[in-house]
Amino acid sequence: MRQYDIVIIGAGPAGLAAAVAAFDDGARRILILERDREPGGILNQCIHNGFGLHTFKEELTGPEYADRFIKQVRERGIECRLNTMVMDIGVDSGRDANATREPSARPMKYVTAMSRADGMYQVAARTVILAMGCRERPRGALNIPGYRPAGIYSAGTAQRLVNMQGYLPGRRVVILGSGDIGLIMARRMTLEGAKVLVVAELMPYSGGLKRNIVQCLDDYGISLKLSHTVVDISGKERVESVTLAQVDENRRPIAGTEETYECDTLLLSVGLLPENELSAGLGVELSPVTSGPIVNESLETNVGGVFACGNVLHVHDLVDFVSEEAALAGKNAAAYVKRMEAAEGDAKEAEIEIEIKPLSGVRYTVPSHVRLARMQPEQVVRFRVGDVYKNCFIRAYLNGRQIASKKRPVMAPGEMEQLKLKKEQLLECVEPGTSSYCLEIRVEEK
Amino acid sequence: MYDVVIIGAGVSGSAIARELSRYRGKFCVLEKEEDVCCGTSKANSGIVHAGYDARPGSLMAKLNVEGNRRMKALSEELDFPFRQTGSYVVCMDKESRPKLEELFERGQKNGVEDLQILSYEEAVREEGNLSKDMDSVLYAPTAGIVCPFGLNIALAENAHTNGVEFRFDTEVLEIARQERGFVIKTSNGDYETRYVVNAAGVYADVFHNMVSADKIHITPRKGEYLLLDKSAAGQVSHTIFSLPGKYGKGILITPTAHGNLLAGPTATDIPDKEGTNTTAEGLASIFEKAGISVQSLSLRNVITSFAGLRAHEDGHEFIIKELEDAPGFIDCAGIESPGLTSAPAIGVMVAGMLQEKLNLVDNPGFEPRRKGILNPALLTMEERNRLIKGQPAYGNIICRCEMISEGEILDAIHRPLGAKSLDGVKRRTRAGMGRCQSGFCSPRVMEILHRELGIPMEELTKSGANSRMITGGRKEAAR
Repeated sequence: MRQYDIVIIGAGPAGLAAAVAAFDDGARRILILERDREPGGILNQCIHNGFGLHTFKEELTGPEYADRFIKQVRERGIECRLNTMVMDIGVDSGRDANATREPSARPMKYVTAMSRADGMYQVAARTVILAMGCRERPRGALNIPGYRPAGIYSAGTAQRLVNMQGYLPGRRVVILGSGDIGLIMARRMTLEGAKVLVVAELMPYSGGLKRNIVQCLDDYGISLKLSHTVVDISGKERVESVTLAQVDENRRPIAGTEETYECDTLLLSVGLLPENELSAGLGVELSPVTSGPIVNESLETNVGGVFACGNVLHVHDLVDFVSEEAALAGKNAAAYVKRMEAAEGDAKEAEIEIEIKPLSGVRYTVPSHVRLARMQPEQVVRFRVGDVYKNCFIRAYLNGRQIASKKRPVMAPGEMEQLKLKKEQLLECVEPGTSSYCLEIRVEEK
Repeated sequence: MYDVVIIGAGVSGSAIARELSRYRGKFCVLEKEEDVCCGTSKANSGIVHAGYDARPGSLMAKLNVEGNRRMKALSEELDFPFRQTGSYVVCMDKESRPKLEELFERGQKNGVEDLQILSYEEAVREEGNLSKDMDSVLYAPTAGIVCPFGLNIALAENAHTNGVEFRFDTEVLEIARQERGFVIKTSNGDYETRYVVNAAGVYADVFHNMVSADKIHITPRKGEYLLLDKSAAGQVSHTIFSLPGKYGKGILITPTAHGNLLAGPTATDIPDKEGTNTTAEGLASIFEKAGISVQSLSLRNVITSFAGLRAHEDGHEFIIKELEDAPGFIDCAGIESPGLTSAPAIGVMVAGMLQEKLNLVDNPGFEPRRKGILNPALLTMEERNRLIKGQPAYGNIICRCEMISEGEILDAIHRPLGAKSLDGVKRRTRAGMGRCQSGFCSPRVMEILHRELGIPMEELTKSGANSRMITGGRKEAAR
């Protein structure tokens, strides 16, 4: 069985950035496993521009952005096996990875993969970086009534058909959900000669980025109907019409507000779900809010040596932040390997643990807990809010003391927020004899 | 001139065809859809009922119990998924206890084996999530779950292998009696036959009434369902019914043969024989009623909802007989629940009738066994690698949710009565049936169908006819 220090599941933006960062921090035996025929992940079908403003200070298309990282992976000679599906990840707590004094503290992981060329095989890994990305919520998850004809696509599937396979899934289109992919596809379908009749959004606010509303809907005169949903789909073979209705504050359709649109296609952009079947099989604890793993400051899950980053951890809006987060996971995996080689113990270093508690308006945070000893001088905490907030503050409190405050003119669920915590400030709040703390992050009006 | 033409390639028609193929003769199945298992047979609970529901002495009762008894051996012979998981009928209050006892007695009369009435304490040992508020349970160990597509497809494939012809996209328009037998006019030419078997599901009344003065009436009774992700399946391990009310068996919760969880069906009589749309009210009522018998049941992980139509005949009984005023025309009508369970017995019964009428002799080449599509997940790593070495397509996963390989999809396409559409592939392999509901694999399956069958991408369908997947090429691609 081949042994690796780091096995990365997925060669999308997260996996690629994690590999590069791990390599640059000294890790060598790195393997990336990718199910598609080329690296780059979902970026390969995102042929619009707007990627990389933070990372490269220029606007790139999805494939261009991916290409920058693919080049870096290739330059470093990092092994990447394509057309390879990871079937299972297991952890052997009985066997020790490096035969140190603490046998089960750093168990070996076993990754089962399969491809046409190599069949089914296992590799052993000291660390695993989960970077599988996310998938789209299907119609079923919304319990939309009606028929089940052809012509109902998730927006990402339609994007693949148009951008990678060269086919047009339909000519008259209704879009449900104002997630970014839905907005991007409204423009894309329009540019390909289809008529996009309307974008309906269940919530009273958009699920996507403001700039996408402007550039993909407003610029093309496509109307966005907030607080609307699909209440019926007709057409027994192909979609013939879609009926929308306005919803009340409890998101229930209001009788009498139905409007029927004759169309042949319904695109759904109704949310993304981190794809964590492999993680769950491995025993990784998942957050009910994000559906992603619960991680510490090192982006390490409850299974030691298993890290997570990118959309498998929590759904991002901007790939730049995926790359940044993944680089941190890569560095931490490399550090974990180094500690293993130095046969360093874990227990003594991580005495003080701070749980981060999302409160009043904050839905979750990544990370969800911080070991002070492992914390970098500055820790980025990413999160989403549950509603639209104007001129509010994001504040962090530790032991009743405010340690961070940031004013935001507008916050919305569709845009990820972040707050930076300074290690020295946390240290100031720590008292001798207490090893566990709770750090509150909340939205405040004043 | 055919000896027998069967109308409908659902589970009844296919079971009859399979049993008929034991004999020598010229047999044909006409199906208006592009594939087998496209009507009532594809959208139901997938339950193999024990047989305590039907009225003692009825044909329904007899065929239910007999079908149940035959199912296991048939599943081994024809290699389709079937598990004898047992069923619970939950009685929620003491006042209803006599109704439960009545079911028990009916079951005894119908010949259902091993029925027991259990107290809550006894029942909860095997089914931990039963509602604490319940009174008692009727436990039927002989009940089970079957893959409805698997059963129907296996029967049809085996019939076809043994010489029965199948004509798809062939809608019966008219049936006329002639001197010897019938002429069936279809959208796809005329078929002359000595015998007709009417296994047309919700349309059986239409064909019956074409030849008989003694009219029957079939009402499509809609049943809506919620299908949950496999991660939700651990909540129950038996099929859990609530004591029947006026409209059949109420909401049931059951694991499926493939490890999902299913909740439903509703029961609404509708006029439209194609009305397989789900409704807001229907879905809401499942959410409302599902939790009655199972405590803290979570219906969060719904991956799809669907509706099927039961072919309810006014007399609520299977009508399986040769018509007195139309000799040569055999009805197989009113096959509503427990129709799926009864199918193996219906097949034997109708084939037996035909054998007698036509004096059919044994088909010496009859092959009773059929091998289903290989499930590589059941192989050891070594066996799997040997398979992939010989056929690398088995190493290429196409459906990530159900982990279905290209090899399985190629098998589904190229085997007898193979898949021609996305739904055809889905029903045979489960590709597209998982939690992402084909978002990932549909473009990939489209490419495979296009490549293997030479169907232009623009002509590829979800389920035949006009259910085309795409409307054309992209602008620059079209140039």
